[in-house]
Amino acid sequence: MTGTDMTTTTVKIEKPEVPGAPDGNQRASRRLGLRMRRSWQLYVLLLPPLVFSIIFLYWPMYGLVLAFKNYNITLGITGSPWAGTKYITQFFHSYLFWPVIKNTLVLNIYALLALFPLPIILALLLNSLRNQRFKKTVQLITYAPYFISTVVLVGMILMLFSPTTGVVNRPIAAIFGGPVDFLSASAFRHTYVWSGAWQTLGYSAIIFLAALAGVDPELHEAARVDGANILRRIWHIDLPGILPVTITLLILNMGQLLNSGFEKVLLLQNPNNLSVSQVLDTYSFQIAFQSQIPQYSYATAIGLFKSVISLILILLANWLARRVAKQSLF
Amino acid sequence: MRIRDTRGDRAYFVLNYSVLTVFTLMVLYPMIYVISASFSSAKAIADNSVYLWPVGATIDAYKTIMDSPNLLIGFANSAVYTIGGALLGTALTVLAGYAASRDDLPFRRIIMFFFLIPTLVSAGIVPTYIVVRQLGLLDTRWAVILPGAMSVFNVIITRTFYQMNVPQEMLEAAKVDGADDFRFFFRIAIPLSKPIIAVNLLFYGITQWNGWFNAFLYTSDPGLMPLQLVLRELLSQSAVNPGMIGGGDVAELLKRRELFDKLKYAMIVVAMIPPLIAYPFVQKHFVKGALIGSIK
Repeated sequence: MTGTDMTTTTVKIEKPEVPGAPDGNQRASRRLGLRMRRSWQLYVLLLPPLVFSIIFLYWPMYGLVLAFKNYNITLGITGSPWAGTKYITQFFHSYLFWPVIKNTLVLNIYALLALFPLPIILALLLNSLRNQRFKKTVQLITYAPYFISTVVLVGMILMLFSPTTGVVNRPIAAIFGGPVDFLSASAFRHTYVWSGAWQTLGYSAIIFLAALAGVDPELHEAARVDGANILRRIWHIDLPGILPVTITLLILNMGQLLNSGFEKVLLLQNPNNLSVSQVLDTYSFQIAFQSQIPQYSYATAIGLFKSVISLILILLANWLARRVAKQSLF
Repeated sequence: MRIRDTRGDRAYFVLNYSVLTVFTLMVLYPMIYVISASFSSAKAIADNSVYLWPVGATIDAYKTIMDSPNLLIGFANSAVYTIGGALLGTALTVLAGYAASRDDLPFRRIIMFFFLIPTLVSAGIVPTYIVVRQLGLLDTRWAVILPGAMSVFNVIITRTFYQMNVPQEMLEAAKVDGADDFRFFFRIAIPLSKPIIAVNLLFYGITQWNGWFNAFLYTSDPGLMPLQLVLRELLSQSAVNPGMIGGGDVAELLKRRELFDKLKYAMIVVAMIPPLIAYPFVQKHFVKGALIGSIK
């Protein structure tokens, strides 16, 4: 038994002394060693999740060097010969480079611009409701599609929006004289983004609702006494109240900008919409797993390119948020 | 004191209720339609006469599912992945979340960063695939469950739960009584954290139930396919060629095609319903946890 009441008490008393201690470093490190030994059971508890992270999250990171090697399956990652920046350059010079970059950016920026403000609006609408029962019902229903799988969502799109048998196309055909192919190149982006709205709006609103719950109701009362109407109160009280959460989420979303929706894009892809639906992720996937000869190195180079852009985006967003709003993630 | 609404305020509320009602109906309608179509007769679907409620109600699509060995195997596989993934993910998350919640754990911040970094820089599909292959997991059930077993987001929520609900004083009291960290964790922390364990189980369970990509990428054995993957195959079949499902004369083909469309609706329902039944149980706890975890 290492952790008796004595040890905890000592540790607790020691803590505040550490920074001011005269021969601080040596004593502190000895104490740290002691504290680590006392906490060995906690490290044992941590072991399974750490091992999991190392094997399935960190080990693959090492695999990113594949982008700079000529991968040979029998030689393995370490044994394969170096290729320099061959595959990176190959991607830069590929005729698909600009189309794929453009598709990736357009699709994701469109989704961000359309889907970021809507949950805020939904939350503001819900928050100003006085009928709790109606509010709960709306939330319960709009939250539900978040738990529907991507395959089911895409299945619903394929069936309900089908040009020949889809229920959505019946009124459209009746009014406009013909059905709309929602998966055609011209409609693909809208279908992708607005089906995403259907699925995630209710869920995304929750976090803003919680932030709104933290806004002091007395502010509203005071403003009402002063004659502010509801729109003014939303603008001057509610919106400033949720600004910190909004900025945090915006930064997070920026960082994830290029990561979203791979499965959905892949499932919605067809030969007709490929010109707008081929994004970095699907292109990399196709080269690695759907071509006659799998080109792992080239596919990794494309994936690496995407990761680097993502990282730059998140750092940029973080820097911007610190400059503009005096707030940042790290 | 009560202040009367201004006319502008009343107009706002009318608009508010209308917008929310329309939006809610738009969210609800596709789900109702799919369920209605799955219970309608094949003829009604082919005639495009289903709009809201089932037309010519029948359950023969569900009977077809119950008679089809492929679909039943998919169902059984999904159950295995859901239970396995839920147990494994929850175990990993609770261990990491509890340990990281302890103020007195040296290097706790570094450990948290260690869990967080992969969310910023992920290796991507190809390197992960190669690791899974090197581990010899291809074409095993492990490959479906393991690679995405733990979500860092859940670890953060779970950690926050322990910080808020298992106070330091309780730990000190237990230590006075001679409990070590293991004992405290298993005898006190775990029983106190039933809500967060339930949330984790349901969340990981739903993720596994909804998953198809790991199975698609790492296995080629039809016997390992989860329901979502079976559904995907079923859906993509007609997208390519409606005639693929059966040969023979045109009338027979059309009849099969009609049934086939209905079968797809029924499959969508079967794949959709379990998470929808489970989620109201998760919602309350998860919302609370998610909020605490992310606002911090």
